Parts: sequence; structure tokens; C-alpha cells
Amino acid sequence: MLWLLFKTFFLIGLFGFGGGYAMLPLIQKEIVFKHAWLTAQQFADIIAVAEITPGPIAINTATYVGYQIAGLTGSVFATLGVVAPSFILIATLANIVLKNKNNPYFQGVFRGLRPIVVALIIGAAINLGLNTISTASSLILTLIALALFSLTKIHPIILLLGFGFLNVFSGIL
Amino acid sequence: MLPLIEQEVVTQHNWMSEEEFIDMLAITQSAPGPVAVNAAIFIGYKMMGLTGAIVALLGAIIPSFTIILLLATFLAAQSEHYYLQRFFAGVRPAIIALILGVGLKTGRKVIRSSFSLVLGISALILLLVLDLHPILLILLGALLGVLYSYWHKKRAKEVS
Repeated sequence: MLWLLFKTFFLIGLFGFGGGYAMLPLIQKEIVFKHAWLTAQQFADIIAVAEITPGPIAINTATYVGYQIAGLTGSVFATLGVVAPSFILIATLANIVLKNKNNPYFQGVFRGLRPIVVALIIGAAINLGLNTISTASSLILTLIALALFSLTKIHPIILLLGFGFLNVFSGIL
Repeated sequence: MLPLIEQEVVTQHNWMSEEEFIDMLAITQSAPGPVAVNAAIFIGYKMMGLTGAIVALLGAIIPSFTIILLLATFLAAQSEHYYLQRFFAGVRPAIIALILGVGLKTGRKVIRSSFSLVLGISALILLLVLDLHPILLILLGALLGVLYSYWHKKRAKEVS
């Protein structure tokens, strides 16, 4: 199990181009859909926890999932798994990247990757929404949150805490 | 997180010049994985080789690791707590909106040509409808990007 945790998070780290939210669909695919280590709701909750606390989402998810599956050892293996590819790649490839950063083909790779990353982030939101938005009131609240986030300068953490406490006191959902 | 890294590494400790910092951005943003983690590895490696990279990496992940571990123990013990469940039920719509919002914002910055628009929409369909693995989409995007650059270069040559 420890090896499977390490391997799964190694894969997530290796293909997590764009970092942060761009890694979500990959994590979702492996952790929720393939291995069923978390439900869609638990996955949404861990993203919220990751967003409210400091630190990268990939690390937070790895630590959390590892702990859920195999306790403290599990969290260590999962976390090391997700950072190992970065470590290996940067220690070995940094100089090659610097020499080639103006190479048109090298830039072409990222020209192709960027739209994919956008699709992956939007896809993660839609997949999560399909799995967790089940009532009219949750759909309306999602749209209100989207409007607040897109149209005002409200800080994401305030938005998340606000919606959480709103429901603690009102019980709309 | 990047302004914080720049403040510490360039302004305060003088570990690298502004120019080296920009080089570092190119690497940390093109390598897979979280940017803050990549930056720590790069800076540590540059200053003290492999040992430096390991020390900096541990420094970058231990705070998140500890916080999440404490929270995970707490949440596991309190998972049946009524108000905690209500809190997370309230947070869920907001987190979905947040991810969607970030996706749309990034899209507005990145989607600037018909190539990127077609690629982005096709990727979304392949992901949601055909349930293609994100890794395949990433590989496909990189390949198409290279082919597009090749075609672009060839056409530029023919024109001139």
C-alpha cells in the first residue's frame, strides 16, 4: 500500500504541469475515480482545507490522503512521492532548460500545454460540481460565489470561510 | 507565494540576482509540480548542491505537512460533528466556484489565438465526455504545441 501511495503521487508530481489547480484533475482521476481513496465530497473538502491553510495544494492533498490511507507513514510516502519528480527533474535538467529557453520547439511545448491546463482546471470544477451540487440552493450558492470571486476583489479564504459559517448558522444546505 | 520568495531570496539574503531569479521562474514554471517547491529545490541546489536542494525542499514542505497532519487528525476525530459537517457543506459551492473562477481567469490570459481556443475546448470535451486521462491530454498538448511551432516556422520560411 505504501508503494502504491508513493507511485500514485509520483505520477501526479511528474505530470503536474502548471502546479496548483492545474494538478487537481490529475489528483481527482487517480485518487477519487481510480483508487477511490476519497469520495468526491471528501476531495472537495480537502481542496478547501488546502486553500484555507498555507502551502501548495498538491502537498496538502498528498499529506491528507496518505494519512487517511496509512497513517503517519502513509503521509510521508505520499508527500515524498509528489515532490520526488520535481526534485529529480530540477536537479538534472535545470541547465538544459536555461540553455534552451528561447528554442522555438521548447516554447512550442508550453504553447500547447497552456490551453490544456486551462481545460484541466475548468474540467476539475465541472467534475466536482457534477458530484457535489445536488440541490437548487447549492447551485445558486455556487453561482453567487462565482460572481463574488470574479467581479469583486474578495480574498478566496474569506469567501470560503464566509460560505462555511453562513451554512453553520443558517443551515441552507 | 512568488513575491515572498523574491523578497527573501533576492532582496534580503542576496542569494541570487534579479536576472537569476527570472531564470529560476522559467525553470520552476516549466517543471511539473508546485512552483514554491520547485523554487526551493532550485535555489537550494544552486547554493549547496544536492544537500542544499534536500534541505530547502524539506523546509518548503514541512510547514504544510505539519499543519495538514494536525488538521487531518482533528478532522478524523470530529468527522461526525454536526457543525463541522455543515461548515464543509457550505464551503463546497464556494470551492467549486473558486476553481471555476481560476480556470476562467487563466483562460482569459492564455487563450489568445484560434489554435489555443480549439485546443482548450477539444481538451475539455475529451476530458469530460470521453473521460480521457489528464496525463494523455498533457502529452497531446505538448506534442501539438511542438508540431504547431514546426509548422509556423516552416510557413515563415516559405513566406520570406
